[in-house]
Amino acid sequence: MTAKIPILKMGDYLLISIQVDMHDQLALDLQEDLTEQIVRHSAKGVLIDISALEIVDSFIGRTLSHIASVARILDAKVIVVGMQPAVAITLVELGLSLDGIATALNVEKGMAWLQRNVNEGLRVEAERDDDRDAAAETGD
Amino acid sequence: MTVTVLAELLQQNETALLDRWIAVQRAAGIDPNRLDDRSITDNARDLLHALVRAISEGGDDIEHPQWRPVKQLLERLSHVHSQQGFPPTETATFVLSLKEPLFRLIQKSDGNTIELLWACTRLFDQLGLFTMQAYMASREQVIREQQESMLELSTPVVQLWKGVLAVPLIGSLDSNRTQVVMEALLQKIVDTESDIAIIDITGVPTVDTMVAQHLLKTITAAKLMGAKCIISGIRPQIAATIVHLGVELGDVVTKASLADAFQLALRELNVRLVANRLGA
Repeated sequence: MTAKIPILKMGDYLLISIQVDMHDQLALDLQEDLTEQIVRHSAKGVLIDISALEIVDSFIGRTLSHIASVARILDAKVIVVGMQPAVAITLVELGLSLDGIATALNVEKGMAWLQRNVNEGLRVEAERDDDRDAAAETGD
Repeated sequence: MTVTVLAELLQQNETALLDRWIAVQRAAGIDPNRLDDRSITDNARDLLHALVRAISEGGDDIEHPQWRPVKQLLERLSHVHSQQGFPPTETATFVLSLKEPLFRLIQKSDGNTIELLWACTRLFDQLGLFTMQAYMASREQVIREQQESMLELSTPVVQLWKGVLAVPLIGSLDSNRTQVVMEALLQKIVDTESDIAIIDITGVPTVDTMVAQHLLKTITAAKLMGAKCIISGIRPQIAATIVHLGVELGDVVTKASLADAFQLALRELNVRLVANRLGA
């Protein structure tokens, strides 16, 4: 199997849509690829669409959580969208609650979340600048 | 040996036996509203025919393949009886009432009467038991079906607002039911693309560790799918129990009443309800 899961760049975000059954090597490849791509494009957000994924095992679950942790260290926010009920139940039964990964019901909501959160970060920075200016002014 | 004699006896006196059998069944007081004369006659004739053939070909072992038609007939009859709400006695009476006319017949015949009677009794007792078994099986099936439909009925997932679902849980929760609730809720979340699900447990009398565990699992699963859960209607005793049991609810949001939970849900969705002031 040489097939890889495509990673699409869209503005500051990377989009990944998993349309095939995940097997272990594929998951590891994805993890490696994604880290590379985040660094290359200095992406601010990653959206992983798993709505077509019907079967997960503990390895895939753990890899997802790894991907999220690695992305966080690289300063990108990760959101997993479109998880099927059966997949959610399986992950819970396996004891993997994917703590620290944001989730959304579909790509649309996931994208909105990314925009909101990434922009919020920028806004906070902008506000801080304003604060500093204001402080400088009052200081004068 | 006795079996062949019995088969011959039945074959020769079929008509007389049938008449007498029907008379006995009537005398046994089967409600004429439930079973009219024609169906009594039809059932009796069919069974007697099948019986004669089974005894002459398959002997007195009702496990023999030749007895299958008789069994099928009895099974069908028991099924119909249980569906129509016949009492079990009437169902059993149908088969057992053939004993009397048959015994009279045996008495009149010559030969080893006792042997014949014994063979006969054994056979009909077996048939009677088989009938009851079939009757019970049908009954149990009805009960099972009702249980299943109740399980489905008892777990409605309702939409309160665009993006807000509610599950009013009523009655005691067991693992089976919680499982059904969990699946129904998660599926509905996908179908309606709801962001918030309110689990209302006002109607739940007790919560034990298992139930709490299941609820937490449901909430985690919903969270994985991107929806948020709010638990509402926890009664004082249940709150005490949960704390006493040491169940960690973690960061699960709880509200006192469904109304509070709904309000919170609307706030999360950035919806504001404004009262319509008529005078203004």
